[in-house]
Amino acid sequence: MTAATGIGARVLRTEDKRFLTGTGRYVDDLPLARATYAHFVRSPHAHAKIKSIDTSAARAMPGVVAIFTGKDIADAKVGGLICGWVVKDKHGQPHKAPPHPVMAADTVRYVGDTVAMVVANSHDEAKDAAEAIKVDYDAKPANVDLAKALDKGAPEVHPEAPGNLIYDWEIGVKADVDAAFAKAAHVTKIDIVNNRLIPNAMEPRAAAAEYDKGTGNYTLWSTSQNPHVLRLILSAFVLGIPEHKLRVIAPDVGGGFGSKIFCYNEETMVTWAASRVGRPIKWTAERSESFQTDAHGRDHVTHAELALDKDGKFLALKVETIANMGAYLSTFSTAVPTYLYATLLAGQYTTPLIYANVKAALTNTAPVDAYRGAGRPEATYVIESIVSKAAKELKMDPADLRRKNFIPSTAFPYQTPVALQYDSGNYPPIIDEAIKIADYKGFEARRAEAKSRGKLRGIGFSSYIEACGLAPSQVIGQLGGGVGQWESAQLKFNPTGNIQILTGAHSHGQGHETTFAQLISDKLGVPMDQIEVVHGDTATTPFGMGSYGSRSLAVGGSAIMKAADKIIAKGKKIAAHLMEASVADVVFENGTFKVAGTDKAVPLGQAVFAAYVPHNYPLAEIEPGMDENAFYDPANFVYPAGTQICEVEIDPETGVVEVVNHTAVDDFGNIINPMIVEGQVHGGIVQGVGQALLENAVYDKETGQLISGSYMDYTMPRADDVPSFKLGYKVTPCPHNPLGVKGCGEAGAIAAPAAVMNAVHDALAPLGVSHVPMPATPLNVWQAIHGARAAAE
Amino acid sequence: MYDFHYHRPKTLADAVNLLKGKDEARPMSGGMTLIPTLKQRLARPSDVVDLGGIKELAGIKVEGNNVVIGGMTRHADVASSADVKSAIPALAYLAEHIGDPQVRNRGTIGGSIANNDPAADYPGAVVGLNATVTTNTGKHTADSFFKGLFETALSDGELVTSVSFPKAEKAAYMKFPNPASRYAMVGVFVAKTAGGVRVAVTGAGPCVFRVKAMEDALAKNFSSDAIKDIKVPADGLNSDIHASAEYRAHLVNVMARRAVDAANK
Ligand SMILES: Cc1cc2nc3c(=O)[nH]c(=O)nc-3n(C[C@H](O)[C@H](O)[C@H](O)COP(=O)(O)OP(=O)(O)OC[C@H]3O[C@@H](n4cnc5c(N)ncnc54)[C@H](O)[C@@H]3O)c2cc1C
Repeated sequence: MTAATGIGARVLRTEDKRFLTGTGRYVDDLPLARATYAHFVRSPHAHAKIKSIDTSAARAMPGVVAIFTGKDIADAKVGGLICGWVVKDKHGQPHKAPPHPVMAADTVRYVGDTVAMVVANSHDEAKDAAEAIKVDYDAKPANVDLAKALDKGAPEVHPEAPGNLIYDWEIGVKADVDAAFAKAAHVTKIDIVNNRLIPNAMEPRAAAAEYDKGTGNYTLWSTSQNPHVLRLILSAFVLGIPEHKLRVIAPDVGGGFGSKIFCYNEETMVTWAASRVGRPIKWTAERSESFQTDAHGRDHVTHAELALDKDGKFLALKVETIANMGAYLSTFSTAVPTYLYATLLAGQYTTPLIYANVKAALTNTAPVDAYRGAGRPEATYVIESIVSKAAKELKMDPADLRRKNFIPSTAFPYQTPVALQYDSGNYPPIIDEAIKIADYKGFEARRAEAKSRGKLRGIGFSSYIEACGLAPSQVIGQLGGGVGQWESAQLKFNPTGNIQILTGAHSHGQGHETTFAQLISDKLGVPMDQIEVVHGDTATTPFGMGSYGSRSLAVGGSAIMKAADKIIAKGKKIAAHLMEASVADVVFENGTFKVAGTDKAVPLGQAVFAAYVPHNYPLAEIEPGMDENAFYDPANFVYPAGTQICEVEIDPETGVVEVVNHTAVDDFGNIINPMIVEGQVHGGIVQGVGQALLENAVYDKETGQLISGSYMDYTMPRADDVPSFKLGYKVTPCPHNPLGVKGCGEAGAIAAPAAVMNAVHDALAPLGVSHVPMPATPLNVWQAIHGARAAAE
Repeated sequence: MYDFHYHRPKTLADAVNLLKGKDEARPMSGGMTLIPTLKQRLARPSDVVDLGGIKELAGIKVEGNNVVIGGMTRHADVASSADVKSAIPALAYLAEHIGDPQVRNRGTIGGSIANNDPAADYPGAVVGLNATVTTNTGKHTADSFFKGLFETALSDGELVTSVSFPKAEKAAYMKFPNPASRYAMVGVFVAKTAGGVRVAVTGAGPCVFRVKAMEDALAKNFSSDAIKDIKVPADGLNSDIHASAEYRAHLVNVMARRAVDAANK
């Protein structure tokens, strides 16, 4: 309604004031009286038996309050951490579920596995004592190399998962796909590795816990993306503290990218120990602990084949993937390479037959779980790599081959062969717009100009689809998910007319405090400065599912709109009473209730006041107060889609790749705040470029040591690694949520790796290079060029 | 970090005295290397002697044919010095390409060469220009100063007080940064001075080294063509996840040619 702050307005982010002035309040900032500090002793081995732990010297060190080992946890009968998604294998059997102890008692399984917790009066004293703990290990061979993790004779990570296999899962009918391949005019094949990534949120994970002896209540402050879910897991499965006796608060959180969805050892330990120690306990990960123990992302080894007819129509797709789970199953790990990956393999195309086989493998590395895009970047990388390679092999224009196979706009809702039903979309105008913005026509001239400077220029497309806005609860239940996926909202007016939006979604950088306020400003006509968005505290907000999977607006925003409808409905009754009109005649416009065709009007604020001071009020019909709750369970996922076009220049002498142009055109449905959406797309593309060119989590294949364990060796993208992006939008509103919105949080990271890598391959094609592994680092590019030259000689 | 005694002397003599006789005492200049080492508990000094308060150690002077840079001079000051820019622009360029602004505003030339990180930039310039390192006890030639991986000719308690760089007729530094750390993965400093032509390579091996064959070729013909076929052997070069020894050897040639071209501009 208010044009300056309503839907579609570029409102500056309300929360940025505190973030940019250093007044945000993060877990580590908490002033807790009598606090103690925890430090964890971690395994230096990738795989070892713990022969003994001697804590006696450490216990005598200054400032030490308590020391706990895996044995203490086992003796106290603390439950293990859970994997919340049961994936059934191709024989209908549930996945193998090896135990995930909160602290290792007899075996350590990756470098960084927790062995003991020291609690002391200061962090330095805790560290001093930790050094005095003697752990006697019996090192065992480690299973590190994913490509060989399932081989016969590979070291076994858990006896409960023979051969390191968590599941052997499939989707589609292999025989049908094979039959289609037999008739194909052309088959394109790829072997690709989706490189392992370390999330690197700016704020490391942190936890602080306090136990109130008088009430028996626990409070846990955690860097969580979903405090209610964390509480549920800790209560129902791990610690047994009744839900109503455990309050979880996720205050300002500095980035998550998925890594803060999960329930981790350290927050569990800190909560458990708080009552035993009798004082609050604080823990903040050091950066090297984040590298070693935050759940990592991606890490697939894939072989794929695409069958085409003589005109370039896709006939069938066959995909075989080994997905790394790491040493333990993290909270949602099993779902990522199955329901968030293989179900996306149709992409934007009409490929009628798809078969995918996914084997999840255990390795002696950190757990792997959802990371920005979770499964969908992996799927997009497979599809968009193979489609671009097919275009090259068939000497077709990569845009034309894509267009030829796009799902036509008339086909929606479109049932894919891999379970999902796309609700809406219109792909050709997106690629047309991207081509226009990127000046695709002018590319060959730019390539020639680059050549005159000794540079190889290439262009790459990536047309992605993703399913987000997680998700319809019943579908999730059928697929093995252990939780509902609705979202909640509460709209709580105060008597003076200002309002709190309480949401079950959680903002850790996304800007909900602005976007959600815009929804209410638009819908109810309340000025932005009269709106407060409250999130992240199980004691104040309604039960909610948190933020991940680009769901906050599509699901959480929809819940807010539903609650707003209830406010309007109630307000109409109050206004009708005040105006002595019939409810049916009352309309709500621009923040005011009116009787059509008269000059009678009651501003919303007046109705709110009447609700709290109900002196002239229809008490017989309605309750006082203006406080409405809503839960919204979506009818389907939402399906953002788009095309990115990347242009790179490569220095053939050094192998250095520079991204010189990058265009993204997206269909996110309706857009609430274009500035925030741009920010999400920019950040996502940078993360995608990071995966394509820079980032790589590397373990030593023998010892399992994390080689890229600091910023000295893990290449985070920096501002000067990317050009200014060119963005565009096409809108097909989502047909099944009240806002018509889709998600925008992950799209950039989903599409970019394939766009960049296709551009790299395009640039190097004249040299006869057929494959560069991701990330296309200078070394990898140089070796590919070198290899191609050697082969040619 | 572990506890230590912190000192901030005002004179070089006091600093030397504070360090004397204490096996576990360490000088600190910018702290850009020392402090992270302490934070990670990789070092446990009894005493840290901060050289930041010693005025005589910082500053840049032109003395005849030399640019003399005090040991406590920050990279940012070298990068922006009008004297350095006019006398040896390649040195200012090198300093400008160390780390990031925060690091350049703290890190010093004395700390950098005393530390002798194999991936540090300054050793390239010190050897490439045949500079002289002055300490509280004497002088070291460039070729004798850098001994090996993190090893120098400095004895215990000996402090770098200044480095004297001869002006160059032509000089350039070409750095191929490590993609992650942005230290030198390969850095080549090429200079033509009154003393002849030098080609110094940092980042590629365990310690800065010269490429004699290139120096000889360039002495005859200072052009990139003259060295285009001169390869350094990969044997003994560093190899890690960012670059194999072969790749580093290749980059030495590429960076050397580019440095010569830049020096000729
Ligand atoms: C993020 C980051 C990025 C960096 N990038 C680069 C880069 O790209 N290129 C590069 O070359 N360097 C780089 N550095 C290193 C930095 O530039 C400094 O040169 C380096 O840290 C040493 O200088 P300092 O003054 O900080 O020494 P300090 O950390 O104070 O000391 C280093 C060592 O030298 C000893 N020492 C200090 N001063 C003296 C002295 N006067 N005499 C004798 N011994 C002494 C100390 O005891 C210590 O052992 C980087 C550092 C960081 C933190």
